[in-house]
Amino acid sequence: MIEKKVTVLLKTGLQARPAALFVQEANRYSSTVFVEKDGKKANAKSIMGIMSLAIRSGADLTISVDGHDEAEAMKALEAFITEQE
Amino acid sequence: MAKVHTKELIDKFQLELVSGEEGIHRTITTSDISRPGLEVAGYFTYYPAERIQLLGKTELTFISEMSAELRKERLAQLCTDETPGIIISRDLEVPNELLLASQASGVPIMRTKMTTTRLSSRLTNYLESRLAPMTAVHGVLVDIYGIGVLIKGDSGVGKSETALELVKRGHRLVADDSVEIRQQDEETLVGSPPELIQHLLEIRGLGIINVMTLFGAGAIRNYKKISLIIHLETWDSKKVYDRLGLDEETMRILETDVPILTLPVRPGRNLAVIIEVAAMNFRLKRMGMNAAQQFNDRLTDAISASDEEVF
Repeated sequence: MIEKKVTVLLKTGLQARPAALFVQEANRYSSTVFVEKDGKKANAKSIMGIMSLAIRSGADLTISVDGHDEAEAMKALEAFITEQE
Repeated sequence: MAKVHTKELIDKFQLELVSGEEGIHRTITTSDISRPGLEVAGYFTYYPAERIQLLGKTELTFISEMSAELRKERLAQLCTDETPGIIISRDLEVPNELLLASQASGVPIMRTKMTTTRLSSRLTNYLESRLAPMTAVHGVLVDIYGIGVLIKGDSGVGKSETALELVKRGHRLVADDSVEIRQQDEETLVGSPPELIQHLLEIRGLGIINVMTLFGAGAIRNYKKISLIIHLETWDSKKVYDRLGLDEETMRILETDVPILTLPVRPGRNLAVIIEVAAMNFRLKRMGMNAAQQFNDRLTDAISASDEEVF
């Protein structure tokens, strides 16, 4: 299992559309992915879970990935939320 | 670690803030309440400063009978940097020395009409539920015939679809996808939805739907005690599934063991009906009717009876 602290740089934060894309990205990997914000944890493969965290730009998250493709999954998800447009 | 700010108590119980406004963002980390009777009498060795302090008629009368100098000293000692607040009950008058001590230390002094015992029990209840250990799990919580059933399973196994069919059959949705669970007391786990997504359900292909506006207020609940967990998993032909229902497996959430059933998912299995029956069967068992056990007893009798016939 790998764990990483990430700051969200995506300008809009995870609004509905980016959240859906984030979840879609997470679902491409077979590893289990969890996102934690302020002590609240949600499954990154569940759109409602991610949206319930109401992640804004600048928020600090802990992403934990567990599975055989964890390294790629972490890289892709980190790239997604640290992307600045 | 959960915490409550003093301001939340003021809002919740409509307390009158008498003094110490700068301290209303102090945090309360324990549900214990202190009535500092021994402390005002001079014994501060075990003074639980981190608790909300309650001054009632007894304490205040005792204080009023002290000399002004002693009163000033003791009340100043009550107001520490840690103290989240002092509440006066029965709308009694706040001693002047306490106001001065509060202004010096920034401890909020609040007042209410309630009697001390009543206030104390309401405060404890509120703080206990707010400070209860909490966790969030991935799953769907549905109230089926009054039984709180938490449906778990991997993403895409069909939890939300099953919940939708259960709602269609007249049951109530509590939370979809993410359930916040609080340890109310040793035996009780209460699940509720994160506020942002309450009443909502996500169905692949449809998107987000609002169960309350679609099916009415009767189709939702805001919280529910969790009694049973149903774990959905794709059918694995190598795995052994329970065929008898004689043994009860449990899963630990926070500090409580909850009965869990594993249901294999396969096209053509109507999960909503199976889960509905599981909930009913669970109720029946709790009322002392265990079909599997009764059958087992009958079978054992039949076998021993046929043994007797042989000899």
